Amino acid sequence: MKKSGAEILIESLRHEGVDTVFGYPGGAVLNIYDTLMNYSEELRHVLVRHEQGAVHMADGYARSSGKVGVCIVTSGPGATNTITGLATAYMDSTPLVVIAGQVPTLLIGNDAFQEADTVGITRPCTKHNFLVKDVETLASTIKQAFHIARTGRPGPVVVDLPKDIIAERAEFSYPSKIKLRGYNPTYQGHAGQIKKAFKLLAQAQKPMIYAGGGVILSNAHKELLALAQKMSIPVTNTLMGLGGFPGNHPLFLGMLGMHGTFKANMGITHCDVLLAVGARFDYRVTGKVESFSPHSRKIHIDIDPTSIAKSVPVDIPIVGDVKNVLKELLKNLEEEPPQDYGKSHASWLKQLGEWDQMSPLSYKATGQCLKPQFVIQKIQEVTDEVLDGDVIIATEVGQNQMWTAQFFTFKNPRTLLTSGGLGTMGFGLPAAIGAQVAFPDKTIFDIAGDGSIQMNIQEMATAMQYNLPVKVAILNNQCLGMVRQWQQLFCDHRYSQTLFEAGPDFVKLAEAYGAVGLRATKPDEVEPVIRQALSIRKPVIMDFWVDRNECVYPMVPAGAALTEMLLV
Amino acid sequence: MKHVISLLVDNEPSVLSRVSGLFSGRGFNIESLNVAETLDPTVSRMTLVTFGNDQIIEQIIKQLNKLVNAIKVVDLTGSDYVDREMALIKVNAKAASRAEVLRIVDIFRGQVVDVSSTSYTLEITGNDRKIQAVIDLLSPIGIMEIVRTGKVAIARHKKTGAKTEKEQEENSE
Repeated sequence: MKKSGAEILIESLRHEGVDTVFGYPGGAVLNIYDTLMNYSEELRHVLVRHEQGAVHMADGYARSSGKVGVCIVTSGPGATNTITGLATAYMDSTPLVVIAGQVPTLLIGNDAFQEADTVGITRPCTKHNFLVKDVETLASTIKQAFHIARTGRPGPVVVDLPKDIIAERAEFSYPSKIKLRGYNPTYQGHAGQIKKAFKLLAQAQKPMIYAGGGVILSNAHKELLALAQKMSIPVTNTLMGLGGFPGNHPLFLGMLGMHGTFKANMGITHCDVLLAVGARFDYRVTGKVESFSPHSRKIHIDIDPTSIAKSVPVDIPIVGDVKNVLKELLKNLEEEPPQDYGKSHASWLKQLGEWDQMSPLSYKATGQCLKPQFVIQKIQEVTDEVLDGDVIIATEVGQNQMWTAQFFTFKNPRTLLTSGGLGTMGFGLPAAIGAQVAFPDKTIFDIAGDGSIQMNIQEMATAMQYNLPVKVAILNNQCLGMVRQWQQLFCDHRYSQTLFEAGPDFVKLAEAYGAVGLRATKPDEVEPVIRQALSIRKPVIMDFWVDRNECVYPMVPAGAALTEMLLV
Repeated sequence: MKHVISLLVDNEPSVLSRVSGLFSGRGFNIESLNVAETLDPTVSRMTLVTFGNDQIIEQIIKQLNKLVNAIKVVDLTGSDYVDREMALIKVNAKAASRAEVLRIVDIFRGQVVDVSSTSYTLEITGNDRKIQAVIDLLSPIGIMEIVRTGKVAIARHKKTGAKTEKEQEENSE
């Protein structure tokens, strides 16, 4: 029996195991939305309030669950509103499939109403994109889109779907296999390279592991932990890697880079062998490239060959899936005669401990002034006690994000949702909502700033509509804190356009959405507010009035070497 | 250093923009780019001339390989290959210089493909040094317009019994 394009689309999504889509209707996707009503049992649609929110929700859903996030948006502005979300997902390698409506095929290129060159505009911020020109190819295109999104280095894929294609009819059979002759990601690492890498690691005196988001994407946290423990190698995480190694483990050094810990940055500068795992040597991590880890021989494991030797030359590149390669390294370890790595690395670990004592992460608490770091520590304390630490934290971007990365201890993968690469303000709230959709029974926090939260605050309505009880903790300093900090440090205290002179009353704003608003202005009010928020099965906004002048330390100024840290 | 990269891509709309967008988006240079269908109508061959240091060229090759529509990417530079470019050159040919232009065409084994009372249009094929030589010789006479194809290149086939230039070099080392 023939099916319409809209039916083929939805059946194809079902074949891919999709049970939830985030979206926003419009003229070009009218038929899809009409057909969706017939599938309301099988496919849940979350109606957002802005298409950017839809993509971030799908992103938060994907990051927290490991599944592919799916969106449906209309043509023209519907599609262009997804760009920030796509670019965010592309930078952080999140698997997404975004279905965008398009004007009818005959009108393409006509400057028609709500027409945009979606394939052209999204090309640089997607892993791949498609324009469907024939309903007969729709099912195989959806199959390809999901295949490309979730394999290799994951990423967002856009399928541009003209209105007439959605309406046309064709026989439906979902392909079981597809072959893309130009797309064959390498999963198995080169055995010879892995052997060489192991030998180098085994003879290291001061080894270090630098692990990024690839560990989480490839579900390799157990292998990473095993390797680090068995070989007594200290581990530092990138922002995207947090949670990929237990944050409370004695071998954990904290985050490295611009706002990394003193010990992580000193460690990476002085180590003799550096094992980079699923990370890409971003300049916020390396600082001045010439001074980055100057004494080490470097091993780099990544599934994406373009990430290897992009900015920092490596001695042993290994292209492959992180999990597979770590397993092979462990196999090499088992085949070797046992060696007491704890003993041979003892003086190195002692040195790292001394660096930690020299300058641990800290902040100055001053009387009744509420410090943002204190709020984050309290969120940790209370959630550890009440929820046994079973919590997912989304962040916005800026100081709130860095303080969360520094002061919250992430013990499990997929528990931190943050826009690391693109640094998208407004990511946190919709990402938290997406995670709540994936895990209705978990507690999801969005740690926000008063700047970022206003970039997608409209999604509070989405949270209300679907009863998604996300907890938003606003570190309200009435300014754009991170830029203000840069202006304080590098622009001689000239605060150009970073101080808010007006802003909403967030308690009333929460209430206006039908949610609950709570406020704390003094340190002793923080804990009761968090406890109360946890006891309410509704979206909650917690408005914490924090010290406006607080800065994120340590800080490596842009372009400086990692050892040139500004400390508290 | 200049590199000649030969790639096979899906013969589909938007593939050219994926390749050229990769270069513009990452600040790489394209000196010339040539695309046409192969014997398999679903596949196109691109010959791309670019320049950059080793690190940049490595990134270019890797990024091209990463494109879903790129089937095969080969950097011909450093291997044994033949390359050619064609130029169509419209040159002033008044009475005094008509014979001289024809002599130059003859020396370079070019052809006259269009004639008017005041001009010749010439077809010259060769490597870039040859084309540059023709341009240098014709410039004083007066070149009105020039259209170049950019380089096309093909790897030399291994000859039976005979060693390739590269192999000879390697043996002599």
